Amino acid sequence: MSILVYIEHAEGAIKKTSLEAVSYASALGEKEGKEVVAVALGAIEESALAKAGSAGAQKVLHVADKKLNDGVIQAHASAVGQAFEQSGADTLVLAKSSLGDAVAARLSVKLKAGLASNVVALPEENGGYKVRRSIYTGKAFTDTVITTANKILAVKKNAVPLKSDGADAGVEALEVALAESDFAAKITSTDKASDEISLPEADIVVSGGRGMKGPENWSLIEDLAKAMGAATGCSKPVSDSGWRPHHEHVGQTGVKVAPSLYVAVGISGAIQHLAGVNASKYILVINKDPEAPFFKAADYGIVGDAFEILPKLTEAVKAIK
Amino acid sequence: MKILVCITHVPDTTSKIQFTENNTKFDKTGVQFIIGPYDDYALARAVELRDQSEGSLTVLNVGEAETEPTLRKALAIGADEAIRINGFPSDSLFVATQIAHYAKEGGYDLILMGRESIDFNGGMVHGMVAEMLGMPSVSPVMKLDLEGDVAKIAREIEGGKEYLEVKLPFVAGCQEPIAEWKIPNMRGIMSARSKPLNVVEPVSDEAATETVGYELPPAKGAVKLIDKDNVEELVNLLQNEAKIL
Ligand SMILES: Cc1cc2nc3c(=O)[nH]c(=O)nc-3n(C[C@H](O)[C@H](O)[C@H](O)COP(=O)(O)OP(=O)(O)OC[C@H]3O[C@@H](n4cnc5c(N)ncnc54)[C@H](O)[C@@H]3O)c2cc1C
Repeated sequence: MSILVYIEHAEGAIKKTSLEAVSYASALGEKEGKEVVAVALGAIEESALAKAGSAGAQKVLHVADKKLNDGVIQAHASAVGQAFEQSGADTLVLAKSSLGDAVAARLSVKLKAGLASNVVALPEENGGYKVRRSIYTGKAFTDTVITTANKILAVKKNAVPLKSDGADAGVEALEVALAESDFAAKITSTDKASDEISLPEADIVVSGGRGMKGPENWSLIEDLAKAMGAATGCSKPVSDSGWRPHHEHVGQTGVKVAPSLYVAVGISGAIQHLAGVNASKYILVINKDPEAPFFKAADYGIVGDAFEILPKLTEAVKAIK
Repeated sequence: MKILVCITHVPDTTSKIQFTENNTKFDKTGVQFIIGPYDDYALARAVELRDQSEGSLTVLNVGEAETEPTLRKALAIGADEAIRINGFPSDSLFVATQIAHYAKEGGYDLILMGRESIDFNGGMVHGMVAEMLGMPSVSPVMKLDLEGDVAKIAREIEGGKEYLEVKLPFVAGCQEPIAEWKIPNMRGIMSARSKPLNVVEPVSDEAATETVGYELPPAKGAVKLIDKDNVEELVNLLQNEAKIL
């Protein structure tokens, strides 16, 4: 038996969230005595794929068909389903992501596999296959028992430690049969900010809210983000008023982040915003209102004017780098 | 144009989440239930598309009798009829099985729902329904326009957008800014009372998972406040205590 991990890649590298999924599978494989096999779709260098070995994969199956470069949901589900069957797996592990969700859902039907999403821990196997998941947008956990023989686990980002002590994995080509109907939804173009650090995957996020007063002041946020090696985010009213692009909006209805450090500047900390950041390891809040609700969720806080504090903080961060 | 919108009945986003009976049941005390925020986006866009094409708009929920006020609200927002499939939504497979079974005979051109529910955050039902019906699925959809029988879609991806075209019928998981939420007006609320709300029994009790218990995360410690004139201390804490920088 083996565990198959579906790995996503971007700009020639395996995504960090997918390496976390491999690390999770590796710990699970050790526990259950199963081999960990990763599967990657589309054009990507073998040397980049071999890195899955360092996170704990013994082998990487590569379906190199260029048509799979973009995340055509049905085609990916079809290819991963075939890889699952060919590799004799009974468990599929993947990262919860916009593509991962869509692919996992289809596979759960194809493979008759019970699916647990937002998984944050390894399963307990005495008395059923019980997995801990994060629910209510991070406000609670639940234990879910999967009752089917095949199982799919979608791992929440930053919920498991990243392993990077293994060797390179061997990469093998895999052939799958794809039907025309697998490409029924055609991607016509993409519009991607390529030079920034990806917000959902960032280890540090610096976000600004309405307290930043206007888009002309965003260089203060960007300077601190640059000094910290962070991605930038914002609250919903900021993206609603067009100060920042929509994909930077963090929260319940926006992107959910789980960085090591979330820095919130001039954001009040409304519950809908907190819902997108409460999985952060540490939260730093800068707000001139000592009563701002965000301070209740914060680990570190400074009460004061962001326009005064940000330049000083940026300098102090640069000084230690 | 026949449109089906599937909605969840979930605790309001500001609800305090608590459990009872030794952490085995969700505590509904004082909790207000609403249409899932993502489903609200799907419904709002569906109303616009229905109005453009003069088709029909059915809204569906898999849930017990207590979800009917939520369905009535969807009728007040503009759905023509409501279906409640009378079962407890125990897991995404169960819910998807009911929706797919209901939709199979319906000849819907579009099946819309939110990208995920805000209780279990699975984000799985749209993909499962599409797979069961042999249709394409696209999620999360932030823009959806129709040109004849082709939908032009913008889908959110990590750090940007992807533009797609897909022929009807298909299933979409929606999110903002696909449309502005619609608030029921007096006429909508009045007319909702006379619109049909049909109750259908579930087809099977098939589920692949079972929820056995809940837990709240540990309480957060107090915030460490640092003087605004001493940012160096903050940097020091981030570097040496949190071990981040
Ligand atoms: C269903 C629903 C979903 C939602 N989803 C989201 C979501 O996903 N994400 C989201 O962010 N919001 C969401 N919201 C909106 C949310 O409720 C708040 O309105 C929003 O988060 C407020 O943004 P803000 O904190 O930037 O602005 P405000 O609430 O206006 O707060 C601005 C803050 O800046 C501080 N400030 C002002 N000037 C300065 C200064 N010079 N220096 C330092 N601090 C200063 C103020 O003290 C204040 O605390 C949602 C709302 C609903 C109803």
